[in-house]
Amino acid sequence: MSLILIILIILIVTAMMVVFSSKLIIGAISLALTSIMITILMFQLNSPLAAVFELSICAGLITVIFITTISFVKPATEEELIVSRKRRLKKYIYLPVLVAIAGYLVSLAIRPLSLKLPEIIQETNVRNVLWNLRQVDLLGQAIVLLIGVFGIVVLFKEGRKK
Amino acid sequence: MLALFILIPLISVIILNLTRFDFIKKIACWFGLLLTLVQICFVLFVPLDLLSSKAGFFGRYFSFNLAADSLTKIMLLTIGIVVFTAILIGQFTYSDETKRFNFLNLILLVLAGMNGLVMVTDVFSLYVFIEIVAVASFILILTYKDKLALESAFKYIVLSITATLFILLSIAIFLLISGDTSFVAISAAIKNPQNNTLVMIAVCLFLCGSFTKGGLVPFHGWLPDAHSSAPSSVSILLSGIVIKVTGLYPLIRIMDMTGGGSEPIKQILMVIGAVSIVVGALGALGQNDIKRMLAFSSVSQVGYIVLAIGTGTALGIAAAVFHIFNHAIFKSQLFANAAAVEKQTGTRDMDKLGGLASKMPVTGGTSIIAMLSISGIPPLGGFWSKLLIVIALWQGAHYTYAFIAVIASVITLAYFLSFQRRVFFGKLALGLENIKEAKFGLLLPAIILALLTLLVGLFFPLIFNKLILPIESLFKW
Repeated sequence: MSLILIILIILIVTAMMVVFSSKLIIGAISLALTSIMITILMFQLNSPLAAVFELSICAGLITVIFITTISFVKPATEEELIVSRKRRLKKYIYLPVLVAIAGYLVSLAIRPLSLKLPEIIQETNVRNVLWNLRQVDLLGQAIVLLIGVFGIVVLFKEGRKK
Repeated sequence: MLALFILIPLISVIILNLTRFDFIKKIACWFGLLLTLVQICFVLFVPLDLLSSKAGFFGRYFSFNLAADSLTKIMLLTIGIVVFTAILIGQFTYSDETKRFNFLNLILLVLAGMNGLVMVTDVFSLYVFIEIVAVASFILILTYKDKLALESAFKYIVLSITATLFILLSIAIFLLISGDTSFVAISAAIKNPQNNTLVMIAVCLFLCGSFTKGGLVPFHGWLPDAHSSAPSSVSILLSGIVIKVTGLYPLIRIMDMTGGGSEPIKQILMVIGAVSIVVGALGALGQNDIKRMLAFSSVSQVGYIVLAIGTGTALGIAAAVFHIFNHAIFKSQLFANAAAVEKQTGTRDMDKLGGLASKMPVTGGTSIIAMLSISGIPPLGGFWSKLLIVIALWQGAHYTYAFIAVIASVITLAYFLSFQRRVFFGKLALGLENIKEAKFGLLLPAIILALLTLLVGLFFPLIFNKLILPIESLFKW
């Protein structure tokens, strides 16, 4: 069994744990584990730059924010957890089966196409496209930041006033 | 100069929030209206060459890679008109000053996002700006935070994220085959027959994303809920322009990149378009809530646009763009009428309304113009765009689709006649005896848009020369 296959299986398990776990903290940690698996995959696929970003932002920064937020929230009681666990299981039990069927169907659909992937483009070229030609996206990021600020104001601050 | 269309709304939001004077909040909406008016005037009166000139302060220091052609120009104009209407309606429907101020800030950010979306020359930037509009729309839908709004906003964001995931996947494939994300490079790579299968997969993924954003059947689940639970001004924005800019405009660009699309792609577009037309129209027939009916009607009208794009001909795409413009005008007007009715009567349930034409003559009169235009009655704007769509279908020998388009127009007329009878005509409903016409501020957008619908219809030869022919010449592959 190749390393990539093992990582993919762990990735699916951790991703499922995010959905199935009834404790927020376990969900957040599982998400971080998923990101770590993606990071290893990216290293394996020769994309160190993307891997570093995935590790530092998705596995690191976002997990810290999640855990900080969760620490402010009143934890659920044991009874609530049991009820929530049952409800989640009932709701999402079909998810792994659906994922497996969808994966199988996609692989069946793609197989006869006999895809010929083009030659790998020089890494510097892709890097240039993804990082150096992105001045207009800076404007986009500034807009997204402001929307985030107004989102917090509209969704949380206005409600608290009431 | 094009960067100003993004920078001015962005800087305005920052300035509005940095100043601490109370009167700023009071005049903020008027300032927003002024901004959109300036945008409309700029697009109408400044020539395209000057508009896309790279000279000036920003051109010297930044390379934003923005471009404008006739399609961009008409989209910028439509964005300006719809955002103007939405702000005007918002000014008179939000009673809380803070809510109104936050709404204005968000709508200016959406304006910047949509302006950017129609000017970028690169699929990755297109994705960034699509996301901007989606996130801001999510927050705008949630303004009232009741259960229905929360549910519909959640539905919208989940489907929207799925759609962007599809778009991102297709961008990754485009990057793989072309080594670049610019429209020009992708267009060149697509011409290489070796990439046929990959291109097909990428385009199909992109279509799934665009269909969800545009609210086409079977990806339309979010649209009726989101449009009906959002405040009226936000419904105008969503139905009038957001679904077109995030769903249909990228579709036109993709068709342009693929040189009119391959035969299977055209078939997918036409089938989805035709199904949306019929399902949307039948869905609208069974509604009691005015805004929900208008939302289903949007699904149907967007179907017409996709059907026209699916012809893959220059005339088809020009007709689609013209219908985008017309639909933005008459649908914004119908939502403005719905806002006036809701504000005065306190309900949107058509079963509780009736005979309002005598009490609200201006609202009733303007809604008739919009109704006739959306149903394709001559000589209004909607008639010409639908006629062009049918001609494009006929020229491409798609006779069945042309027939569906004509028949669905009759269904459109049927549900709008039912709407008129249940809301404005018939016996005056109980409890509505003391209803008065809405405030002038709420009527103004409806009057302006009704006049615009009339003018577009009456001066069609001029519109054809100035608007449709330049767009048609863009898509001669």
